[in-house]
Amino acid sequence: MRELNVEIITENIKEMCIEANHFLSDDMKSCLSKAVNSEKSELGKQVLDSLKENLQIAEKDMIPICQDTGMAVIFIQVGQEVHLVGGNIEDAINEGVRRGYVDGYLRKSVVKDPLIRENTKDNTPAVIHYEIVEGDSVTITVAPKGFGSENMSRIFMLKPADGIEGVKNAVITAVRDAGPNACPPMVIGVGIGGDFEKCAVLSKKALTRNLNEHSSIPYVKELEEELLNTINQLKIGPGGLGGTNTAFSVNIETYPTHIAGLPVAINTCCHVNRHVTRVI
Amino acid sequence: MNKYINAPLIEDEIKDLSAGDYVYITGTIYTARDAAHKRMYEAIQKKEPLPMNLNNNIIYYMGPSPARDNRPIGSAGPTTASRMDKYTPVMLNLGLKGMIGKGKRSEEVKAAIVENGAVYFAAVGGAGALLSKSITKSEVIAYDDLGTEAIRKLEVENFPAIVVIDAQGNNLYEMVLK
Repeated sequence: MRELNVEIITENIKEMCIEANHFLSDDMKSCLSKAVNSEKSELGKQVLDSLKENLQIAEKDMIPICQDTGMAVIFIQVGQEVHLVGGNIEDAINEGVRRGYVDGYLRKSVVKDPLIRENTKDNTPAVIHYEIVEGDSVTITVAPKGFGSENMSRIFMLKPADGIEGVKNAVITAVRDAGPNACPPMVIGVGIGGDFEKCAVLSKKALTRNLNEHSSIPYVKELEEELLNTINQLKIGPGGLGGTNTAFSVNIETYPTHIAGLPVAINTCCHVNRHVTRVI
Repeated sequence: MNKYINAPLIEDEIKDLSAGDYVYITGTIYTARDAAHKRMYEAIQKKEPLPMNLNNNIIYYMGPSPARDNRPIGSAGPTTASRMDKYTPVMLNLGLKGMIGKGKRSEEVKAAIVENGAVYFAAVGGAGALLSKSITKSEVIAYDDLGTEAIRKLEVENFPAIVVIDAQGNNLYEMVLK
C-alpha cells in the first residue's frame, strides 16, 4: 500500500488549473496551424490568425486564453493500492481549484445554487469524476470547461432501430444548432452507449483524448472521420463567420448498452479545448 | 471591408455598416452580461434610473478575468449574446445602438435592431487575451457586487469586431450558410 498525502493532489490541481488556462496542448495547436493553412474563407482565415496570435499572447503575458476560464472538471483515477492520507479527497481537490483560480487570476464563474445564483467567489466546487483503477498511482486530468460551448451540448435517447444513421443525424443536428454559439472550430466529444449519464460522461472524457489519435475500434474510427468531413462541409466556419473549418476533430467513445436503448451524448467544445493530465 | 468607427456610435456611421464588414472601434463602451442585464431590465420595469445612459452607446457582452500586474483588464473576450435576447429589445428602444457579443440572436432582437437603426457585432470568441490588448482602461461603474458581471466602462482603441446583423437586418451567420 502506497501512502499519498492529499496536499500533493491539492498543489498539483492548483498548478494544472493555471497551466490549462494559459497553455493549450500541442495537438490542439497543430490542429489550429493546419486549419490556418487549409481555410478557404478570407474572413475565416482572419479569425484563425487571431486565434493563433491569441495563444501566443496568452503564453507570453500570462493572460488566460479565454476569459471564461471554465468550471473545473476533474477526472481522477485512484489506484487501488493507494492509501490517501492527510484529509478528505474531495476537500483537497476543491482546495486545489480554489488556489488555482484565486492565485492564478482566473475568472470565478461558479454560482452556489442554480436558481439563487450567488457566486462562490473561488470557482468551487469542481465537477469531479472518480474512478478506482489498478496500481499504486493517481492520474488526474483537469479540464476547465467554458459554458458557451457547454450550453450547446445535447443528449439523444435513440432507438436501436435508429442505428448508425441515427447517431450521425444526432451529431450533425447538435453541431448545426450550436453554430457560432460554441466558438468554432469546435472539438466534438461523443459518447455512444451506456445509459443516460454514462454517455454524457463519455462525451466529456472524449474531449480529453489526443486529437491526433482515433478510436481503436475500426468502425468508430471511420465514423469519426466521416462525421468530421460532413461537419466541415456545413459552412459554419471559424467563429461561425463562414468557412471550411467548423471542427478540428470528432472524438467518439463507446460503452455497452441495454437491449432497448441507443443513448448518444454530444459534448461540444470550443477551439479552447483545455485539459492537462498528470500521474502522481 | 475594413472600417474604423467611433463609440458612442453616430447614426450615419451605422447606416454605412454592412454584415461582413471588419470594424475597428475606438472610444468608450460598456460591459454588461447576464446578471447586469437582469438588474437593468428590472430597473427599467420599475422606472428607476440606469447606471449609464444607453443613448448611442455600445454594450459589450463580456465578463473579464481578473487583471494581473497593473494591466487595465484580464482576458476579455465576448460571451454568447442570445442569453441577453430577452432583455435586448427594451434596451434598443431606450437608445442602445450597438452590441458586441458572439452567436445567434432571436428574431425579436433582429427586428428591434432594424426598427431602431442599431447594429450587432461579433468579436472573436475565445480570443480574450488578444482582445484585452485593445482595452486601455477599465472602471467598474455599477453593480460591483456582481464581480466579473459588474458593469464596466471601457476605453477601447481599434477594438476588432465583425458586423453580423446590420441596420438593414442582413445577418452574416445566415448569409454564410447559403
